[in-house]
Amino acid sequence: MIGATMILATTGLDTFVHAVIKSLALGSLYALLALGFVLIFKATQTVNFSQGALALAGTWFLSMIFIDWNVPGRWLGGPTWLHWFVALLLASVLTAGVGLVIERLAIRPMIGEPIFSMAVITLGLEVMIRTIAFDAVNVTPRALAVPWGTDTFMIGGAMIAWSYVAAIAMAGVAFIGVWLFFKTRTGVAMRATAFDQEAALAQGINVGRIFAIAWAAGAMLAAISGVFSSMPPWGPAGMASRDGAFFAFRALPAVILGGLDSAVGALVGGLLIGFAEIFAGQYLAGHTGVLGVGYQQVVPYVVMLIGLLVRPYGLFGTEEVRRV
Amino acid sequence: MKSRPKLYTSYLAESQLFPTRTQKVLVVVAVVILVLMPFDLPVISQIPIVRFLGDNVWLRVVNRMLIFTIAALGLNILSGLAGQVSLGHAFFMGSGAYTAVLLGGKGSANLWGWGLPIWIWLPASGIVAAFVGIAVAPAAVRVRGLYLGIATLGLIFIGLHLSRVFPEIAGPGALGRKWPRMQFRLWKEEDPLVDFSRDGDWFWFEVTKNQKTYLLLLSLTIVAALVAANIARTRTGRAFSAIRERDVAAEIMGVPEFRYKTMAFAISSFYAGIAGALLAVLAGQVPPESWGLLLSIQFIAILLIGGIGRISGALMGTFFVVLSPRFIEEVIDWMKHQVDSGGLLSGIFDALISTGDKDGGLLAISETALGYPLPASALDELVYGLLIVVFLLFEPQGLYGIWVKTRNYWKGWPFSY
Repeated sequence: MIGATMILATTGLDTFVHAVIKSLALGSLYALLALGFVLIFKATQTVNFSQGALALAGTWFLSMIFIDWNVPGRWLGGPTWLHWFVALLLASVLTAGVGLVIERLAIRPMIGEPIFSMAVITLGLEVMIRTIAFDAVNVTPRALAVPWGTDTFMIGGAMIAWSYVAAIAMAGVAFIGVWLFFKTRTGVAMRATAFDQEAALAQGINVGRIFAIAWAAGAMLAAISGVFSSMPPWGPAGMASRDGAFFAFRALPAVILGGLDSAVGALVGGLLIGFAEIFAGQYLAGHTGVLGVGYQQVVPYVVMLIGLLVRPYGLFGTEEVRRV
Repeated sequence: MKSRPKLYTSYLAESQLFPTRTQKVLVVVAVVILVLMPFDLPVISQIPIVRFLGDNVWLRVVNRMLIFTIAALGLNILSGLAGQVSLGHAFFMGSGAYTAVLLGGKGSANLWGWGLPIWIWLPASGIVAAFVGIAVAPAAVRVRGLYLGIATLGLIFIGLHLSRVFPEIAGPGALGRKWPRMQFRLWKEEDPLVDFSRDGDWFWFEVTKNQKTYLLLLSLTIVAALVAANIARTRTGRAFSAIRERDVAAEIMGVPEFRYKTMAFAISSFYAGIAGALLAVLAGQVPPESWGLLLSIQFIAILLIGGIGRISGALMGTFFVVLSPRFIEEVIDWMKHQVDSGGLLSGIFDALISTGDKDGGLLAISETALGYPLPASALDELVYGLLIVVFLLFEPQGLYGIWVKTRNYWKGWPFSY
């Protein structure tokens, strides 16, 4: 599939157009994953390393709901793609439920503990969720039945997969949704909580509820991005497989580059990393002798390290005021 | 003075490693027991834990544990003492391991290896890893906290990629290449002077290769622990603690931040490099993927479960984390045995374990079975993750904290204060 697109894009312009759209799509995917990290970090000051495991759980939920139980389809008529989206929504709601449980049991008792302890607790959760999800998903990948599958269309001479469009659209919807959410009363409360938890509490904001909302939203985004990252060009042919648990770690450079607590940063960081990865893969392909096969997967980390050395708190992250 | 062990009249006396005579005696006794543990001696082999740890099969696990201890001590200096979050410990271990295989491994047409003896490659693996650490350290001065943690996470992926760029060092296949054996040679002579990788006779005793390796690793671990404990009470160690508590304040007080952060990375990576080389040598053949994130997480778990910033915490944490999967397996085996023999508790255990024929048990006995009856390997992982979470939630000071609480309880007994 990837090979075919690369060969078909023959002229320089087509290659460029193809690379741009591919970068946009990959960048959107990273941005989606990064947004989940950012929402959770903003509200609870926790880097959620279990995001990848939640993503895998989400894809497994989708596979169970849509394929095994045939859930909306067994009662509703209408087009299959609509069913798929309903199932996706259900799967992400289930994952949000997992997020709520995690927040209530493991995160809320830890409020006020050092940031490092909070991050490591999510590492422990990651091990647990991943083990259960691995066991559930099993060794053989499970089908997700993505409606557009591996279909493609042409722009000029460049062959574009529908998954690219879907990822870009999904990221657009998610970011507009979060942007609108921040305008609402709850959203303002969340921004206040992110700014200062105690002050927000003193103003009568239910900080615990904000935490729960952030974790639910973060887990939902994890499930959605997990499903989208399992689609053909990125994941293993639209299946829920064990690799899904590790995809989220590839979005960490985007999170860090943009700044841990900035939604705009997640978008910009995701797109920057996406562009860097795809363009390096496209235009440095002649140098694999020096760079090694698969070098483009390291590009995000290199970009992240350089970005961090220039701006230690990311491009849009809030700089910590250091005092003695 | 002798009757008041907690009365210190000088700073020197207070900073002693083993302040009381009881502690000195206990340490000597512990070392003697540890040294004699694997040999089936009359009295010592009757001590409960020693009895089965000294068993030749378990000794392999114990050897692995000792190597993990060295690496955990290294991370403890960086994260516990100097307070720098690092998810890249596995990367430093890997760089040590590949230095060892480059210097000590057998070379061929498409593999580099110079076949040098252990007294070159073992220190060299530490030194090279230390230099890698020094190269990384400037990032720690610029980048702080969680950002540093994730930046060091990037190292792991860069390291994995490097192993693909240099198949001459890492080996071409997915299995990785063969590491040199644990043998002591003066130079490249045919017969090793001391061979830790084969059973044989030492003086008048028959010793297995596991026992030999155990003695070597035990001495290395004791040296590593003493050095680590000593670092903590020197000027350097105090500078590390100052940086951990607040780096800006430390700098204002005249602690050069850059120099000490670099030093912390160097020392920690030195430990990691040595441990990585030993781990690879013990395993014999290691794929590049094993120097991954999971290994790094394991060391963070060790520190947190044991109690961060404490030498004894690192020791207890390693003991717990490395041995607990084996304990779980043993317990499951024992439950299965009980069910088979129809013991007193067989009714309860039968509900817990499933012997494969879908009898409704929660745990599967066979390793390969996935799905609803949880395989034992998955249970290990699950318990391991659960332990990290539970310890952080309920006992942030880890096993060391539990020990301190128990000790204080009995000190004041029967009073509560």
